[in-house]
Amino acid sequence: MDRIPILKLGGALIVTIQVDMHDRLMLALEEDLTAKIASTGARGVLIEISALEIVDSFIGRMLDNIAAISRVLDAETVVVGMRPAVAITLIELGLNLTGIKTALNVERGMAMIQARLDEDDADGLGSTRAHRED
Amino acid sequence: MRTDSEARVPIAKTDLLPIRSGEDVVRVRQQVRARAIEIGLGLVDQTKIITAASELARNTLDYGGGGEVRIDLVEEGGRKGVRLTFEDQGPGIPDIAQALTDHYTTGGGLGLGLGGAKRLSNEFHIESTLGVGTRITIARWKSR
Amino acid sequence: MEIDGTQVLVRTITDEEPAILMAWLALLKEGGSLQTGRIREAELQTQAKVVLGQLRDALASGQSDFGSEAYASLRETLGEISRSRAIQGFSSTDTAKFVFSLKEPIFEALGRTQAGDASLIAAATRSASRLLDRLGLHTMEVFQTSREEVIGRQTQEIAELSTPVVRLWDGILALPLIGTLDSARTGVVMENLLQAIVDEEAEIAIIDITGVPTVDTLVAQHLLKAIAAARLMGADCIISGIRPQIAQTMVHLGVELNVVSKATLADAFALALRRTGRAVVRKQAAATTASEDRR
Repeated sequence: MDRIPILKLGGALIVTIQVDMHDRLMLALEEDLTAKIASTGARGVLIEISALEIVDSFIGRMLDNIAAISRVLDAETVVVGMRPAVAITLIELGLNLTGIKTALNVERGMAMIQARLDEDDADGLGSTRAHRED
Repeated sequence: MRTDSEARVPIAKTDLLPIRSGEDVVRVRQQVRARAIEIGLGLVDQTKIITAASELARNTLDYGGGGEVRIDLVEEGGRKGVRLTFEDQGPGIPDIAQALTDHYTTGGGLGLGLGGAKRLSNEFHIESTLGVGTRITIARWKSR
Repeated sequence: MEIDGTQVLVRTITDEEPAILMAWLALLKEGGSLQTGRIREAELQTQAKVVLGQLRDALASGQSDFGSEAYASLRETLGEISRSRAIQGFSSTDTAKFVFSLKEPIFEALGRTQAGDASLIAAATRSASRLLDRLGLHTMEVFQTSREEVIGRQTQEIAELSTPVVRLWDGILALPLIGTLDSARTGVVMENLLQAIVDEEAEIAIIDITGVPTVDTLVAQHLLKAIAAARLMGADCIISGIRPQIAQTMVHLGVELNVVSKATLADAFALALRRTGRAVVRKQAAATTASEDRR
């Protein structure tokens, strides 16, 4: 069966969804990601969905699940690149996905994950939670 | 809301697709997309009807034990639309009002399928008989 | 009786066509159809000629039912004329007059040709009257529909034109809303906003509703949905310029306002700059009074 590849970049895992998702593919992704977070100790998961033409309640629930599972495993999930029409439809459907962090593109999403990694490093050094800005 | 007029609406094109597996659900989405583009539905309207189709196709599969969908291109008073009729011979829905309530589910889903599909469509009609099956018709019209 | 009337009518129109046409055009001119300058005499003449010719052909088929196949081309022509009048800005009276002023010339012609036979004149007049009424109604129906189409198109154009999404800064957009929001317009506006967020890669969008007098519950819900959709895409929205009544509506809606709201567009912009790691600093005191003010 096809599987969606998961890339590791520093402390983050990156997934790009580029196919019309059928349900089993999404279930497999949830499993693979869970295993990979545990085995790599990743602190962030970035899911890029700009190629997805629809997100229905099943895919939405899977994204929510992935975010919840990674949170338990101390990793943060950021979903990036959702199309406007998809976002409008999801809201109309009744799915707000409030448990998921979002960003406009991969660059911004990675910056969010990086900020968290930096913060952890800073905590490790015993400094207070310094703000990035002046 | 306009079920009485449905019979009079001329049908320009019809597809009949089976819903027996997860791959069929994907195929239904692709066919609905093709038809929605054909009549010139806007991007948001396209996405809404495809998503609604995905919800209902999955319901047909998961709760109805499989079935089929008819995709009609319809035209009424110069207005074009896509109408989808999902049919299964499953157990039927005992309480339709309850099934339409958000977050009510019997199958471990989110319970947004039926109510969500209704919100994503311009027309929604459901008939269900216990032990006989369920038929759901939705339509989305091109806004002028 | 009925058939008789139609036959007499056909004969009369065929025989007297030039006279009827002339009388009709004279009436139209007299009625001021040309005065507005919206239509030229030659065009009016052609229209009248075509309509009369098609009416004669349709009657010659022996049919008196305006809905029948024989009248298809006449219906089409009349529809075309009404549509163009609707677009040219004719009033409904002017448009209706076009058909109704044909009555008198036909009645006169009937009187001339069937002089003496009162029952024939009566029957033919009845047929003509009934038929021309149908023609007139058809004309008005098409006129009405065309006007509605024009209005519909304009409404949409206004909706698109009146709500520009402006880029305030790199990654910061503003959507100044002005005028009454109905649910259809809000939908268009929101789609534009979300698309602009993608195009401009905007992190923050400010929706300014200073110019919105009232917000009903449906529109408020639309706004909140758009904000939720923007969040899914990875952008934050700030609402600015909410009037007290609108704030009340929103609270009465029972919707939790998980929305950042600022009193003015300027406040919202300042917040947006701060959030994106920027600050506005005065470069140099422009005038002594200004610098004193600051201290």
